[in-house]
Amino acid sequence: MTIALIRPVAARLTWRVPRPGVTAAALFLLVALTSAVWPSLFAGDPLAADPLHVLEGPSGQHWFGTDQLGRDVFGRVVHGARHSLTIGVSAIVIAVGAGILLGLIAGLSHRIADEALSRSFDALSAFPLVLLALLFIAIAGTGTTSLIVAIGVALVPHFARVVRAQTFVVRRAAYVTHAVAFGAGRARLVVRHVLPNVLGPIPVLAVIGLGEAILLAAGLSFLGMGPQPPSPEWGAMISEGRGYLHIAWWTSILPGAVVTATIISLTVAGRFLQRRFEGRDLA
Amino acid sequence: MTRAILRRVGAGVLVLWAAATAAYLALLAAPGDTVDAIIGDGADSPLIRSQIIQEWHLDRPAVVQYVDFLARAVQGDLGRSYLLQRPVAEVIGGQLGPTLQLAATAAGFGIVLALVLAVVARRPWVRRLSSTTELVLVSTPPFLIGIVLLSLFSFRLGWFPVSGAQGAAALVLPAITMGLPIAGTLAQVLRDGLDRALDEPFAVTARARGLRESAVLVRHALKHALLPTVTMLGWSFGVLIGGTVIIEQVFGRPGLGQVTVQAVNASDLPVVLAVVILAAAVFVVVNTLTDLAYLVIDPRLRRS
Amino acid sequence: MINVEDLRVTFHLPRRTVEAVRGVSFTVEPGECVAIVGESGSGKSVTARSLVGLAGPGARVDATRLEVDGQDARRFAPRDWRRLRGGFAGLVLQDALVSLDPLRTVGAEIGEVLRVHGQGSRLSRTKQVHRLLTEVHVPEPERRAKQYPHQLSGGLRQRALIASALAGGPKLLIADEPTTALDATVQAQILTLLAERRAAGETLLLISHDLAVVSRLADRILVMKDGRLVESGPSRVLLTGADHPYTRELIAAATGRRRARTAQPGPEPVVIAEAAALRKVYGDRTVVRDVGLSIRHGEIVGLVGESGSGKTTVAQLLFGLVEPTSGSVTFEGARFSGVPERARRPLRRKLQFIAQDPLSAFDPRWTVRRIVAEALPRGATVTPLLERVGLGEDVLDRYPRQLSGGQRQRVAIARALAPRPSLIICDEPVSALDVSVQAQVLDLLAEIRERDGTALLFISHDLGVIRDLADRVLVMHDGRVVEEGDVAAVFDRPGHEYTRKLLDAVPKLEVPA
Repeated sequence: MTIALIRPVAARLTWRVPRPGVTAAALFLLVALTSAVWPSLFAGDPLAADPLHVLEGPSGQHWFGTDQLGRDVFGRVVHGARHSLTIGVSAIVIAVGAGILLGLIAGLSHRIADEALSRSFDALSAFPLVLLALLFIAIAGTGTTSLIVAIGVALVPHFARVVRAQTFVVRRAAYVTHAVAFGAGRARLVVRHVLPNVLGPIPVLAVIGLGEAILLAAGLSFLGMGPQPPSPEWGAMISEGRGYLHIAWWTSILPGAVVTATIISLTVAGRFLQRRFEGRDLA
Repeated sequence: MTRAILRRVGAGVLVLWAAATAAYLALLAAPGDTVDAIIGDGADSPLIRSQIIQEWHLDRPAVVQYVDFLARAVQGDLGRSYLLQRPVAEVIGGQLGPTLQLAATAAGFGIVLALVLAVVARRPWVRRLSSTTELVLVSTPPFLIGIVLLSLFSFRLGWFPVSGAQGAAALVLPAITMGLPIAGTLAQVLRDGLDRALDEPFAVTARARGLRESAVLVRHALKHALLPTVTMLGWSFGVLIGGTVIIEQVFGRPGLGQVTVQAVNASDLPVVLAVVILAAAVFVVVNTLTDLAYLVIDPRLRRS
Repeated sequence: MINVEDLRVTFHLPRRTVEAVRGVSFTVEPGECVAIVGESGSGKSVTARSLVGLAGPGARVDATRLEVDGQDARRFAPRDWRRLRGGFAGLVLQDALVSLDPLRTVGAEIGEVLRVHGQGSRLSRTKQVHRLLTEVHVPEPERRAKQYPHQLSGGLRQRALIASALAGGPKLLIADEPTTALDATVQAQILTLLAERRAAGETLLLISHDLAVVSRLADRILVMKDGRLVESGPSRVLLTGADHPYTRELIAAATGRRRARTAQPGPEPVVIAEAAALRKVYGDRTVVRDVGLSIRHGEIVGLVGESGSGKTTVAQLLFGLVEPTSGSVTFEGARFSGVPERARRPLRRKLQFIAQDPLSAFDPRWTVRRIVAEALPRGATVTPLLERVGLGEDVLDRYPRQLSGGQRQRVAIARALAPRPSLIICDEPVSALDVSVQAQVLDLLAEIRERDGTALLFISHDLGVIRDLADRVLVMHDGRVVEEGDVAAVFDRPGHEYTRKLLDAVPKLEVPA
């Protein structure tokens, strides 16, 4: 079956983002990261309820308004960064680690093993991510850890495919042939030429993949598969706020806007790094 | 050509078999007793347990269990949901209609919008605008698009019903919600393909014949741009199936997505496995069609 | 017909501005054949394409006079240009495999010109297409018209492309490198076809990097370099008495210079590599059939043949990259085929390889310094070796992609020389280079043989280059060596019919009477 390279959607962005856009994205990511590490820098207790100020719209005091318990939505979003980024990053670490391992095994092994492995990567990576993750959760149960592993496992085939394809290309590259001409053995070829050239693009893909992971995490915890209330995880907040949509749109749409901004920033930053990387390679 | 088609169909059967096997192994791998896994949160009693053991042949060797599972799956018998007390095929079959209706409408909307964005909107500033919109669309969680549309058009303006699947009006917002990200992705791929094709030497030759730019685009470049787009379209069906799970929740629509979420929440494994196998079947059909579309579009692939 | 004065074409790219054409003036009279000759980046193609308003995206075209078909084209609107294209001028590009739409039939491509210019009904257009294909000598035009470009041979494809340019009955035919992608024998056929058009009174504007190709056809030749016209004049005058050194360099490249050869070293030359009865089968295709060859110390052996003749496979077999189906390779007295790679390893450094595309032959993450140092014994310095191949220290810390094609090939040579090999296999090492750079690289290779006594197996499709450099030559056709012998003997008195055909097909610098 011809299943041409299907990478996470965002990696397909074809258009060059202007500099100010890249700067804005970098700044936003910096703020998000700081929030995850040190949330009290920007906001107070995310669980402090204030029954006198329930479902109030955005104002100078409550930038994102308050929710049904009178909690500051902005504060909850800031504190939620830790949950959402932790889930995303952990999932990507799993996906990248396992993906590199499986991709290298496929790319370096002989024809039949390679064929079997890459066919499974192909089929799995064309399979809806949400369903793969749900299948895992159905078996392992709900909760943060389960969510992380589910997303990580669902994304493994994507990274495995990229690594396998890259290994395949590098292994046959003329410069590897030339290393043979100098009497280099197989182990030396892999360590000196194949690995560095295969792993080079991985950090960039991981950044873009992180966006995909956060998107998936938000979707799954929106379905109630992730951290449970009152935890201020982004997807869970959007889900909670949905019940008050008819009277207080901000409780769910503003956290959602932050999720979107994070993913856009990751995409823009990833694409920028990718261009830099490719530029260095091809120029 | 016939051989090429047969090979692809064969590969499709292989994928289905692999999916069914994986689903079966997942069931075995579930923590705890297999019987418990099959019951999930359903009612538990010695009678039900013996019924399960009988139905899944759990008292027989693993090979027999597996072969029997495959044989039943081929006949469309996907087991029984002990939570809902109904055969799985019935549970899923009853909810397939609304989901297919939604997916088809969303796909149609997405394709049309992508064509408009990529083919018609080619002036520099329009491109910039639509590129930015597409970036936002593919980066926004689909359920957020749904919530925004819901809050604006249903709660504020009251144009469309808040939930349910009654009539065409109830289809509009969910279909737009699912169609927008697809349109964003397809438009990017299509525009990229068009740009590449218009840079090719044959496009220069075509212009040198006196063709207007729009004719070069439609008569030459579009066919070339369709190749990657068709692949992406095939992939979009996967996204659509995954998307229904969340979108049906947002709009309170009945359908396969609702069934899946309930089944996952209640650990109703027979239903979850059936959904996975069904999705694999859709994947195989879509992929085979994609491959055939390639053969139709590109004569270079027809020799084999 | 065409009257251009002070043509300037500038490309405004996102980050920089490129002046592709910087003030070019010329005319083309009806019935005349004018050739523009120059190396890559000289602006010759852009000049020609500007005449039909297709200079390219982001191009700004200025001229004090730009007359096309008697009209001032400087104020042309897009529709004026369209009326001209196909009708007044037809354009033939380099490679028909990509210059004809690969997803459409040949007939549809040719018929499109007629449709655009509103000629005939659908039925009469089909007839017209068949007539056009017959005119460019495509046999079985009815069948061919229904086929796709990839189903046609290179020669037929190029003929179909020419037919599509002729379809609108243009007064002027612009041919941009029309034979560059073709094998020599096919190139000769296409040139004959163009000569035929010219004899029939067609006006031709020919663009080429190869002076020999145009010399047969052109009435006048314009030589371009760096966007400027360096010299122009009637072919006879220009080819016999060129003023500009650059033109003379091009003429030298096209005629070939017989290098003074050193005498064979030693009375008993040692055989360093030998192949016996080599055969290689891929699936049901036999690529190499019963090839035997031996290379002696300090010898340059040329291996010549057209694409698909099996010459690259022979190189891979000798190099131990591919195992022969049968037959054997011996290198420095040891078995080199049919043994595990481990057994070859001690000899590896004595056998080196230089490829056509040096860029892909370097690890993209490595600088020149590291690339060469890796090939040298531990502790040896890189600079003397680079000096040896004519490179300065300034390239040391650059990446291969930052170098020019010629510099890259020099680095590849330096790397191959580093372990002091006894044999270097060169697979089309100069084919991707401009002729002036080609000459320099060939000089370097000849000098290396002379000083170090390194033997070379030089693989090329270019007979001129082989004649220039090699002592002995092997001619390959269809997987077989059809002729073998001393370069002078084979070139002057070819014994095999195929060699003769190949030699006849090579475009020679012809000075019209």
